Amino acid sequence: MEAFTTHTGRVAPLRRSNVDTDQIIPAHWLKKVTRDGFEGGLFEAWRKDPEFVLNQEAYQGATVLVAGEDFGTGSSREHAVWALQNYGFKAVISPRFADIFRGNSLKNGLLTVVLPQETVERLWELVEADPATEVTVDLQERVVRAPGVEASFELDENSRWRLLEGLDDISLTLKNEDAIAAYESSRATFKPRTLA
Amino acid sequence: MGRTLAEKVWDDHVVTRAEGEPDLLFIDLHLLHEVTSPQAFDGLRKAGREVRRTDLTLATEDHNTPTLDIDKPIADPVSRTQLETLRKNCADFGVRLHPLGDVEQGVVHVVGPQLGLTQPGTTVVCGDSHTSTHGAFGALAFGIGTSQVEHVLATQTLPLAPFKTMAVTVNGELPADVTAKDLILAIIARIGTGGGQGYVIEYRGEAIEKLSMEARMTICNMSIEAGARAGMIAPDETTFAYVQGREHAPEGEEWDAAVAYWKTLRTDADAVYDHEVVIEADELAPFVTWGTNPGQGAPLSASVPDPASFADESAKLAAERALEYMGLAAGQPLREVPVDTVFVGSCTNGRIEDLRSAAQVLDGRRVSGDVRMLVVPGSVRVALQAVEEGLDKVFTSAGAEWRHAGCSMCLGMNPDQLDPGERAASTSNRNFEGRQGKGGRTHLVSPQVAAATAVLGRLSSPSDLADAHETAGVR
Ligand code: SF4
Repeated sequence: MEAFTTHTGRVAPLRRSNVDTDQIIPAHWLKKVTRDGFEGGLFEAWRKDPEFVLNQEAYQGATVLVAGEDFGTGSSREHAVWALQNYGFKAVISPRFADIFRGNSLKNGLLTVVLPQETVERLWELVEADPATEVTVDLQERVVRAPGVEASFELDENSRWRLLEGLDDISLTLKNEDAIAAYESSRATFKPRTLA
Repeated sequence: MGRTLAEKVWDDHVVTRAEGEPDLLFIDLHLLHEVTSPQAFDGLRKAGREVRRTDLTLATEDHNTPTLDIDKPIADPVSRTQLETLRKNCADFGVRLHPLGDVEQGVVHVVGPQLGLTQPGTTVVCGDSHTSTHGAFGALAFGIGTSQVEHVLATQTLPLAPFKTMAVTVNGELPADVTAKDLILAIIARIGTGGGQGYVIEYRGEAIEKLSMEARMTICNMSIEAGARAGMIAPDETTFAYVQGREHAPEGEEWDAAVAYWKTLRTDADAVYDHEVVIEADELAPFVTWGTNPGQGAPLSASVPDPASFADESAKLAAERALEYMGLAAGQPLREVPVDTVFVGSCTNGRIEDLRSAAQVLDGRRVSGDVRMLVVPGSVRVALQAVEEGLDKVFTSAGAEWRHAGCSMCLGMNPDQLDPGERAASTSNRNFEGRQGKGGRTHLVSPQVAAATAVLGRLSSPSDLADAHETAGVR
C-alpha cells in the first residue's frame, strides 16, 4: 500500500448525500480483473451531464473530493476505491462514510476524513467561490487546513500508523502465525468444512 | 456484565488481542464469487502465498451468469473472462467451486445456508455486502473488500475493530399480509440508510422468533441497507431444524455438541446494547420504496411524499433528486404507479418460500399484457424444488418468464437489465440509480406485492386483486 502522510490539492465539491457505490462505479465495470483502468467508470452516469462537477473546467485536476453524508453506501466493491484513486483522488472528505467503503479505502491508502456537516459546507462554499483554493489533509497532525478552516479529524491510532507507514496488513498478520495455528488446533470439531 | 449475541460470537473467534490494536478474528467460512476475487488471487500469486484453509473456502458463480441458454458459451467476452478467471484461480489454489451448470450453483448467499455450511456461532465473510444474510443463523457474517478477501485467503483471519451493538425489537405479531420484506423496508425507513453505521444489529422479539429461516434471511440480508456491518438473529429450534440433515451439518455426537453450544448463543438478560429500536408489528403494512435508496420507502397505501415535508435539508434535497430520477410527483398515490417489469429473485427474495408466495398470488391469474415478469430462482436447488412443486408451471402459465438461477436483474451484470426510463417492481435489495440497468427505475417490494403488481400492472398488494375481482364480478 502507498503511504499517506500529508496531501495538498484542489477540491471537487460533490454536493450530494448517499453517494452509493453503484454511482461511484457501475456494475458493468466490475467485470475487469485488474486493479487499474477504472477512472473512466468513476461516476459514469453523472458524468454524462456536462454540468456535473467533474466535467467543469475549474475542477480539473482536483485531488480531494468533498461529499455529503453517507458516502460509499451499498456494495462492498473495492473497485469504488480503485476508481477514485485511478482518477487521481488522494482523499475524500464527508460527514459520514459507509463502513465497508471506509475500510476498503484505508487498506488502499485513500484517506477518508470525517468532518462535521458545517465544515463540509464551508469547504464547499470556499472552493465554489474560488476553485483554485487548496486544501491540506495532514495525517501526521490529523487536521484539514484551508483558508480560514482548521478542522481536526479522528482516525484510530492503529489505522493511522498503518497508513503513515504504508504497511501491508497480511505481512503484519502473519507475524501471528503461531497464534493462528494455536487457535486452529483448538477449534471445535463440529465446525463446518467445505472439503471432505 | 452480560454479553450480547454478537459479542459472544466475536469473543469466541479472537486469535490475538492487544491494547491499541484491532482484534485478530478467525474466520470459519469464506465464500467467494467471480466479481470481487480476481484481484485477491492475483495478490496471492504476486506474493507467492497459498490459500491457508481451502477447507473453509467455497466459491460459486452468480453475478455474471446468464439466465437463458446456459449451455451455450457466454456471449459477453468480459463476463466470460471473469468466470474463466475464477475457474482458473480455484483450480490453481485448490478451492471448491460450483460453476454454472453445477447443481449446487447459485447466488452465494443462497448456496451457503442451503449446503448447511452457514451455522450458528460461526464467522462468515465474503467479498459481498449482503453476506449479512447469514446472520439469520446467529452467525457473525459481514461483507468485505477485495484486500480483505486476499487477507482471509492468506491467513484465515481478519484484523477488526469492534462493532457497536444495536437491538431492533419487533413486538407482537405481523399482520397476515405483511412479510419479512415489508418489515425490513419499514425498519430501514425508520433508522435511515446510515443509521446502522458501525453497528451489528440484532433482530429480536416475538415477531422475529415466529419467522421462518427464509424470512429471517430476508431481514438480515438487508441490514447493510441500513448501513449496518451485520445483522443477527439468535439461533433457536427453527434454526436447528433448518440446519439438521443438510450436507455439511454436524451429525451424531457432533450434532449434540454443536446444539449444546448453539443454545448458549443468546443475549444475556443483563447485557446492554449501545442502541435500541422498538417496532410494533401490528402497526405495519405492505411497504414499497419510492426513491433511490432503500430508506426512501412508505406503506403501499400512502402517496409519494412531498420533499418539502422533510425537515432535514439534505433529506429534502435527496428526495427532490430521487423523485426527478424516478419520474414521480409528490402526492401521487403509490398504488397508481404503473410498472413495466417485475423481477422476483435475488439473495433477498429468491428462496423457495419467496417463489411459493409469489406463485400463490399468481395461481389462476395472468400477468398484465403490459408487464414483463422475470422469475429467477436464487440457486439451482431452489429451481429444482420449485419445479418439483409445479411452481414453474404456475409462473409460465401466468405469462411470466422462468429463468435459470443467478443474481440476474438484481444488478444487471448479465443481459437481464432494465432499459432507460423503464420502471420495475423488484424483490431485490437496492433501488439505486441505474442499479438494474442504466436509467432504470426500481421499486423494492415483497414477492407478494411483486406478483400482485404483475397482474394489475401497477404497484399493488394481493388484497387489491380480490377487490379488482369483485369489481369485475359486479360489472
Ligand atoms: S442477488 Fe443481488 S445483492 Fe445478492 S449477491 Fe447477487 S447481486 Fe448481490
